[in-house]
Amino acid sequence: MPLVAILLGFVVAGVAVAITGADPIQAYLGLFQGAFTNKHAFTESLIASVPYVFLGLAVATGFRAGLFNIGADGQFYLGALGGVFVGFSIHGLPGVVHIPLAILAGIACGAVYGGLPGFLKARFGAHEVITTIMLNYIAYSLSDYLINRGPLGDPHSSAPKTPFIDPSAQLPIIFADSRLHLGLVLALLAVPLIWFLIERTTIGFRIRAVGLNPEAARSSGISVARTMVLVMAISGGLAGLAGADEVLGVSHFMPPSFSIGYGFDAIAVALLARSNPWGILPAAFLFGAMRNGAGFMQLQTQVSADMISIVQATVIMFVAAPVIVRWLLRLREVPAESLQITQPEGVGAAPKT
Amino acid sequence: MDAFLHVLQRGDLVNLAAATLVASTPLVLAALGGLMCERSGVVNIALEGIMLTSAFVGYAVAFNTHNLTLGVLAAVLAGMAIAGLHAVLSIAFVVDQIVSGTVINILAVGITGVFYRAYIQQAEVRGPGVLPVWKLPGLGDIPIVGPIFFQQAFVTYAALALIVVVHLVLFRTVWGLRTRASGEHPRAAETAGINVYLVRYVNVIASGALAGLGGCYFSLQQVGNFLPGMTGGQGFIALAAMIFGRWTPLGSFLASLLFAGAGALAGRLQIYGVHIPYQVLGMLPYVLTIVVVAGAVGRAVAPAAVGKPYRRS
Repeated sequence: MPLVAILLGFVVAGVAVAITGADPIQAYLGLFQGAFTNKHAFTESLIASVPYVFLGLAVATGFRAGLFNIGADGQFYLGALGGVFVGFSIHGLPGVVHIPLAILAGIACGAVYGGLPGFLKARFGAHEVITTIMLNYIAYSLSDYLINRGPLGDPHSSAPKTPFIDPSAQLPIIFADSRLHLGLVLALLAVPLIWFLIERTTIGFRIRAVGLNPEAARSSGISVARTMVLVMAISGGLAGLAGADEVLGVSHFMPPSFSIGYGFDAIAVALLARSNPWGILPAAFLFGAMRNGAGFMQLQTQVSADMISIVQATVIMFVAAPVIVRWLLRLREVPAESLQITQPEGVGAAPKT
Repeated sequence: MDAFLHVLQRGDLVNLAAATLVASTPLVLAALGGLMCERSGVVNIALEGIMLTSAFVGYAVAFNTHNLTLGVLAAVLAGMAIAGLHAVLSIAFVVDQIVSGTVINILAVGITGVFYRAYIQQAEVRGPGVLPVWKLPGLGDIPIVGPIFFQQAFVTYAALALIVVVHLVLFRTVWGLRTRASGEHPRAAETAGINVYLVRYVNVIASGALAGLGGCYFSLQQVGNFLPGMTGGQGFIALAAMIFGRWTPLGSFLASLLFAGAGALAGRLQIYGVHIPYQVLGMLPYVLTIVVVAGAVGRAVAPAAVGKPYRRS
């Protein structure tokens, strides 16, 4: 089913490209070359996939509790800020201390920034869709303020950027002659960890119970409010980890504008994986490869890299509404229930206390 | 307080008020669209994507026809088309309405990005310009009130008129009654002979027309050009304005003025020589939105059935 959705997504985007007068086959060829067959293309695709694993897990964890975290982008920024600050401001630590410290700083910043909308929802009923989006814009401004000739800016550089992090904070390269860094291993570890947390622990049980039916969870003695804050903090922490990982593993500094729209991509990844942690891996790789290939495609064929947003949107649509795919393919099977992810109380509905 | 003193000293209050009204234009229109939609029971977080698409389509059509009126018209139609997709997804295919809205927001980024790069970015022709300011004869000459309300461009006048229109439709017509019934208790409405599907379809598409008109404000009234992502989250702020305005047209208008005023004031403080970093000022409307959504919602009550997919049994 997800494969059909992806295929249809490419078809729809291809039609859009064809309408602009460009050749979709050439565009997809460029996308494929950029993602896989150029020199270093494959390792670069893997590198690009790493943040999607963390971010996909972040959004998926929220989904499991019925919470829609659109703020992964902002939490990513905060995580990057935390990671880069510890990375460049502390000196003389050995790597085994410096790296975990910087990563923890990123997770903590992301967790606080994600926990805040969780708290606002639990305490005041502020819908997380609105608050997390607003927090995204605030995070962009905050980063710009801190880095663009602000307290975190590099005083020795004319360009708005932070100083480079110390070598002791850089994630080691794990594959010779490439930029592939330890973050890939962290990503591969995060997947079973989150799976275990959600499926095999008491916390995970509470998360799933709140996601399935908050009323029932409440009557069985689970604190829905506390679970919401916790889930959003976990979600934000994962997004923060993605940000710290990018700084420590790839760029080694932070410019004021850092994201390529990771937040919305992360939603697509989580939906494609149907919020299953194991499903995040292939979904993240698909998006990482697409992102990596899109730049090359834009260079080669002049088709905008934004084209992959069309793919993403249609993939989400087809995954969220399998009925459409059946209808398009004229399959007459048992009609499946549509995916209901968010709690159907509506944006801005009064909190149930 | 300093800032306000500066405003008063310079006799700039009228300018600030006029700037606030202008800046509130897209917020009001999107909020009106949002409340039409939500009053009938469908959540619309797609306002942002609708506005972005309409901003682009409006500009593209005006650019190619050298006709701003056609541009505005095309923006409205594009908004209706995109909202139609939201309607089909969330009403016919019973997709989670938040997910459907997100699909449209992402799709809008993709479509406008691809077509912008293909058609607009490389073009070296001059743009179509911006909608002209119409100073209404007589009314425009009234001191204070004139410069604020009657020396505006088309979209702003339309927004002001539509506040009244939507209010009347919602609270003084049979259609408004049906809309509210569908949003509060669809099953009871259906029992009373109301076609809930039809009501929801029409309202969602109407919300697209309103938000679409708001979208062309950016490209055809404010800037005279299209830039990727130029709506900058205003669709979401409009949603907050709608909530703060308790799902009423007048309330949404006042809330929009508050948000737009915060932005307009932030933009002016620098000119007045108040030394607050522009990034901090830029956060103001967004922080305000969070405060409002967190503070006001406890007292405001959403339409009871909003967000819940409705299936005929």
